[in-house]
Amino acid sequence: MLRDSTSVLLARYMKVIEARRIEPLLESFFAITVGLLAGSIFMAAFGYNPILGYFVLFNGGFGDLSKILESLAYAMPIIITGASFTISARSGVFNLGLEGQAYLGAIGAVYIAGTFHLPPVIHIAAATVFGMLLGALWSLPAAILKIWKGVSEIISTIMLNWIAYYLTIYIAIDLLADPETPHKTISALPSARYIRLTPRSTLTAGIFIALAFCVLIYFLLWHTAVGFELRLAGTNPDAALYAGVDPKKVTLISFILSGLGAGLAGTIQVIGRPPGWCLYTNLGNVLMVGYDGISVALMGRNHPIGCIVSAFFYGGLLNGSRLMESRVGIYSELARALIGIIIMIIAIPELMNIIKRRLK
Amino acid sequence: MRGIKISAQKGRIIILAVFLLVLVLMYLQHKFGLRVIGLIEAGLYSTTLLTFVAVGECINEKAGVINIGLEGILTLSAIVGTYGAEVFENGVAGLLIGMLTGASIGFLLGILATYGMADQVIAGLAINLFAIGFGPYLLMALWHIAGIHVLSRELMLPRMATPLGYISPLTVVAIVIAILAQLFLDKTLYGLRIKVAGEKPEAVDVAGIRVDRLRIFTSTLGGALCGLGGAYLPLCWFGSLVKEVSAGRGFIALSCVVFGGLEPVLAFLAATIFGFAEGFGYWISITPGIKEIVPVYFIHMTPYIITLIVVTSVIGKKRFPKALGRPYIRE
Repeated sequence: MLRDSTSVLLARYMKVIEARRIEPLLESFFAITVGLLAGSIFMAAFGYNPILGYFVLFNGGFGDLSKILESLAYAMPIIITGASFTISARSGVFNLGLEGQAYLGAIGAVYIAGTFHLPPVIHIAAATVFGMLLGALWSLPAAILKIWKGVSEIISTIMLNWIAYYLTIYIAIDLLADPETPHKTISALPSARYIRLTPRSTLTAGIFIALAFCVLIYFLLWHTAVGFELRLAGTNPDAALYAGVDPKKVTLISFILSGLGAGLAGTIQVIGRPPGWCLYTNLGNVLMVGYDGISVALMGRNHPIGCIVSAFFYGGLLNGSRLMESRVGIYSELARALIGIIIMIIAIPELMNIIKRRLK
Repeated sequence: MRGIKISAQKGRIIILAVFLLVLVLMYLQHKFGLRVIGLIEAGLYSTTLLTFVAVGECINEKAGVINIGLEGILTLSAIVGTYGAEVFENGVAGLLIGMLTGASIGFLLGILATYGMADQVIAGLAINLFAIGFGPYLLMALWHIAGIHVLSRELMLPRMATPLGYISPLTVVAIVIAILAQLFLDKTLYGLRIKVAGEKPEAVDVAGIRVDRLRIFTSTLGGALCGLGGAYLPLCWFGSLVKEVSAGRGFIALSCVVFGGLEPVLAFLAATIFGFAEGFGYWISITPGIKEIVPVYFIHMTPYIITLIVVTSVIGKKRFPKALGRPYIRE
């Protein structure tokens, strides 16, 4: 009886918190503005023209339909990892291991898609599910260490990322390498490839999987009992304990769910991105998928729908920055530096208050 | 030293472990011709770096600020430090510039953590994410190469010939800094204030000392030591620069801090364990007889696996400051 009334009270409390929806949006826009300004300083410092640089960057990312579609292709994996990080952050767990989990997912997808002969649709499903499971499997050590011994997931997941990095390279080179082109693994068989949506971009049907994953996570977090428990444990651990939520269960569920997501992102990079349909043995096409997802989630204010918007923005930056490098010679790595600044601004909750006070 | 107590039982375990290690090394030397001196050299190089970073972070966390951006600071200060060394044509100047870089990032984090009331984990994460992008951008913009930048020999700091092999003079500096930091925390008034700021900031505030300034100071100090470590990487150890120059060492240093329970001298001991784990892996990978059997990728994994195992084995027995990671709000 007491427990029921507490959870009703808590539900009301959480609704009040969520009612302030506009403010995070404003904060994100402010952070992006500051990030872009800082970026122009970085460009000018090395003798590039910031206006020209940004023009080429945004034109390359969002200039016409085929470029927008290509930006969506870049956004595809980080929508998924963004939503995955959202689950873990909402439940108070920092799964920085999305990166390593994505490597494992990618290699799992290569194994199923490249070595088995299955009917078309079943083959795609099998490869996707296996990649997701491997991702979840790689998230388990960190979850178990946290539950069993209380090891901070910030340390354990980073260590596991590096172990996954070398393990995946080992598997890719020693077990699954393509005998003809040794810098990449065997390619996914045609029956295991997501179909291309347009001839002029590398966007595949994987984007629907990514969007569906986001919607699923949104539904899970806000419209199910498990999601409520996860969010409660994330916002107020003491209240969650009082309401009878098992913190160990929360940790385990949030790690497994985000691991599944990271594995899916790795899989999509292999069987959902032409023209390679494979994993490069330096892991070139899955590197940063996990870390970028963290940026996307933080920019999207840890909301699955926000993740879609911020991933599209980020995908545009990544896509446009290639053009920026070839046209004006500004190195494409600048895009990630911009994102770093944006996250730093978002990390300061007091900044908006300070500015508001000044404006008054 | 007051902060450290080693029981007789623990002492016996440590002696036994060292004895076993020596036996294993003697066996390896006998069987595969492993050069023990070379192993010590490689181990000490790694230990030195981890000690710098971990000692700074110990002091910082004692005051209640947690900096998980160490990895990013290492990357950025390695690059800026190398550039500084090339501009001034002097390796020591490079180290100082690396220190300055680290100090300014630490100062920024201190400001964010105190006045900005930032979530310190997210702010630290932002530093790492920024470095992941800005590091390679700087590398490309400064030297116009995507791969490896090799420093000229003259810029590298000289190494000392000792009975243990060629050792960087900074190794001695690191050990001295670890001991000094322990004395600073345990024996001085300022050290006491730092410890109380991490446990009960209200108490320091009531005594008329500014918690915000104290925390910004420790954050800057921690950043400076981390920056020194970052510049040490190319200038004293590798002699070259790549974008993954820090390779997770910032987080291994965080593990040292956890292992040492925020005591600088114990963190130094942890740094020797992790450092020698890395040195051992490195040495195995070039020893004939072993390198053919074990795939090199598994050797590269060893430092990370050992870090995981060691941190797991000590965790739960350590106490951390109560106000760690929480912004202090004056009432």
